Amino acid sequence: MGVDNYKLAMWTFLGSECFFFGSLIGTYMSYRGKSLTGPYPLDVFDPAVTSISTFDLLASSLFMVLAVHYAKMGDINKMLAWIGATMVGGLIFLGFQYYEFSHFVHEGLTLKSNLFGATFYVLTGFHGTHVAVGVLLLGSLGWAAKRGHLANVGETTEVIGLYWHFVDVVWIAIFTLVYLLEYT
Amino acid sequence: MATPAAVPHTPAVGHSASPSGLWSWLTTVDHKRIGILYGLSALAFFVLGGVEGLILRSQLAVPNNDLVSAPLYNALFTMHGTTMIFLGVMPFSAAFFNYMLPLQIGARDVVFPRLNAFSYWLFLFGALVLNVPFLIQPFTHGIDPSSALAPLTRVIPDGGWFGYAPLTTKEFSPYLSIDFWIAGLQILGIASMAAGFNFIVTILNMRAPGMTFLRMPVFTWMTLVVQFLVVLSFPCITVALILLLMDRLFGTHFYIPSAGGDPLLWQHLFWLFGHPEVYILILPAMGIVSEVLPTFSRKPLFGAPFVIFSGITIGLLGFGVWAHHMFTTGLGAAADAAFSVTTMLIAIPTGVKIFNWIFTVWGGQIRLTTAMLFSLGFVGMFTMGGLSGIMHSSPPVDLQQQDSYFVVAHFHYVLFGGAIFGLFSGIYYWFPKMSGRFLDEGMGKIVFGTVLLGFNLTFFPMHFVGAWGMPRRIYTYDEGMGWEQINLLETIGAFILAFGVLLFIISFFRSMKNGLPAGDNPWDASSLEWITTSPPAVHNFDKTPTVYSDRPVWEKNHGPGPGYSLPEGDEHIHLPPPSIKPLIGAVGVGLFLTSFVMLNLTNLALAVTALGLALIFYSFYTWFLEPGH
Repeated sequence: MGVDNYKLAMWTFLGSECFFFGSLIGTYMSYRGKSLTGPYPLDVFDPAVTSISTFDLLASSLFMVLAVHYAKMGDINKMLAWIGATMVGGLIFLGFQYYEFSHFVHEGLTLKSNLFGATFYVLTGFHGTHVAVGVLLLGSLGWAAKRGHLANVGETTEVIGLYWHFVDVVWIAIFTLVYLLEYT
Repeated sequence: MATPAAVPHTPAVGHSASPSGLWSWLTTVDHKRIGILYGLSALAFFVLGGVEGLILRSQLAVPNNDLVSAPLYNALFTMHGTTMIFLGVMPFSAAFFNYMLPLQIGARDVVFPRLNAFSYWLFLFGALVLNVPFLIQPFTHGIDPSSALAPLTRVIPDGGWFGYAPLTTKEFSPYLSIDFWIAGLQILGIASMAAGFNFIVTILNMRAPGMTFLRMPVFTWMTLVVQFLVVLSFPCITVALILLLMDRLFGTHFYIPSAGGDPLLWQHLFWLFGHPEVYILILPAMGIVSEVLPTFSRKPLFGAPFVIFSGITIGLLGFGVWAHHMFTTGLGAAADAAFSVTTMLIAIPTGVKIFNWIFTVWGGQIRLTTAMLFSLGFVGMFTMGGLSGIMHSSPPVDLQQQDSYFVVAHFHYVLFGGAIFGLFSGIYYWFPKMSGRFLDEGMGKIVFGTVLLGFNLTFFPMHFVGAWGMPRRIYTYDEGMGWEQINLLETIGAFILAFGVLLFIISFFRSMKNGLPAGDNPWDASSLEWITTSPPAVHNFDKTPTVYSDRPVWEKNHGPGPGYSLPEGDEHIHLPPPSIKPLIGAVGVGLFLTSFVMLNLTNLALAVTALGLALIFYSFYTWFLEPGH
């Protein structure tokens, strides 16, 4: 096919992930407005806070692009710097998610409270797990690149970049369907 | 992901004897050995599932029978279905994917050999999680129901292979049986998906020079379609099972109607996986039949591109028909009509294939080998199953047939008469390549006759008794319903069928030792696996062939084109060294998921999940740093 083996494997994996998140988002949407008791979305959401964390995650995608660019140029130091920036972006996002979850629990929304709580935490929880795995992958990538374990740093960085962008795209869908839709 | 510059290249071990011993099997990354492991495991579980089926049939032989209790009957039909689908047919197909696919496309191995080994070990772990409960329950069924260990009293999965919620929720199934089923299926799902990524990349990237898409063997094509179905449909059941586990472990209400949950969510997610799964089971058999019929008719496959595109169409349409399993849930006229139409549409590409197979045989120089007989049997039996399937596509008809033995008859015609006949055909066809010996042809014909007779005696009468109203999944029935004679006949048929399978197993192991020696290309077949030695060397091909035709070996031998050519001079052969990391990783994933479902039972489970995670990290990081890959 002329596409690197690992890149092709990543694309098929991401195709699979589309169905994974598609099923989770479909579950959220089909249970939207079906909760028998509160708290309801508008009782707990704070669009300003989530917009900031969304912006942070989108910015991390830009950092990822720059990391791939420098990896392809062979500039390992700049690549490592942008990998670090991407990881920080991911960690900040996870921090926001931790804040959001604990705030929601404080407001009385748990997994058990209602369908909104169950669908919200499972969907965004799995997304957060994907971000965490991404941070781990980026850390491993940086370490392996620095230690010279990679035959083709550019290609490997691009493959992990694909994953990172995918996780971002999923968040755009979640942010739109779960958060923004409540304000229309 | 990649390796440092200094790579210790393994010498071309294929020129010497293959390594032997238990360790060499535990660490193997050779697609042929992994194929053999899949095949032998599948055979073992196929026998186990068959024995479960025989017990079911024995229980139903006479009215008001008490051979097994109702709860045990539930466990047996659950495990019969789960075993035959996930541990019988799927790994049998995987055995051929593993063994034959790299050979058919002229490759030395799959693209990620260690991932391939990981898939197998994970599959085996999942299979054990589902079946070890048979050994545990005799010791735990007497536990005091008021004790903290009460969930252990029933551990054999017993919620049906479809696991319908809310039956499987904590309220109605407070036992570990459902948790083991969830864990087993999640593990098998990961194994299948990992294999799926591997095979998709292998087929797309590892083909020999000159092998364009339309020169790929049809079996390779069907494998490709199946792998796409696997990687796209398994995530749906993964999510369905995660939500069920959340309900059972953490008190969510995804499937609990009293809290607003909708049991239909389970059915949608399950059948969104479940229907593509049907094609995951049947398409490999269709691929095998598309290899066998032309070979033994000495003709090219009639309209091969149509067979290929029909397979792709079946795969695509397979994602748009899931709700025909749910006509009786009252989805509404619009949904019923839409899913009825898409279901009927699937009959078109399927019919195209059946006519192509018939026209392939038409006018050919037919050799009635056992492989050919099973393939011809496939076409006949599968067509019957397909026709009753078209009946179900009409909602009013389906309302009558749902949950009756008519449905049982239908899916055994497609899954046994279809998938398993196809797989038997593949075994007889490829056994000489895998072992260097023929599988006893004389005995093979007896096997075919016995299996065909036993199969039809068992399942054909189910159409009638189902139409007369006998429901599925009942553990016994009263006298005077008019079902006695037919049920007895079915049970006799089941034992004839089992006898046929027993004959097959005996002749299989005898032929492995004493079979007549077969040459490299005993059937005068057309695809690349037949230019390797029988059995193939560890490195498969001394030189990578260049392909000029969709029937390279046939054209090389019979013209008119050159078929394929081999390059001049010696080729550098790089084979990855063996590795234990895949096994460790699979044990890690298996331990993690199996103990996770038991988190509420004991704190020990938490420790084991941590151990599982540690093994996963250890295996993957050392895997990445392992030299030579």
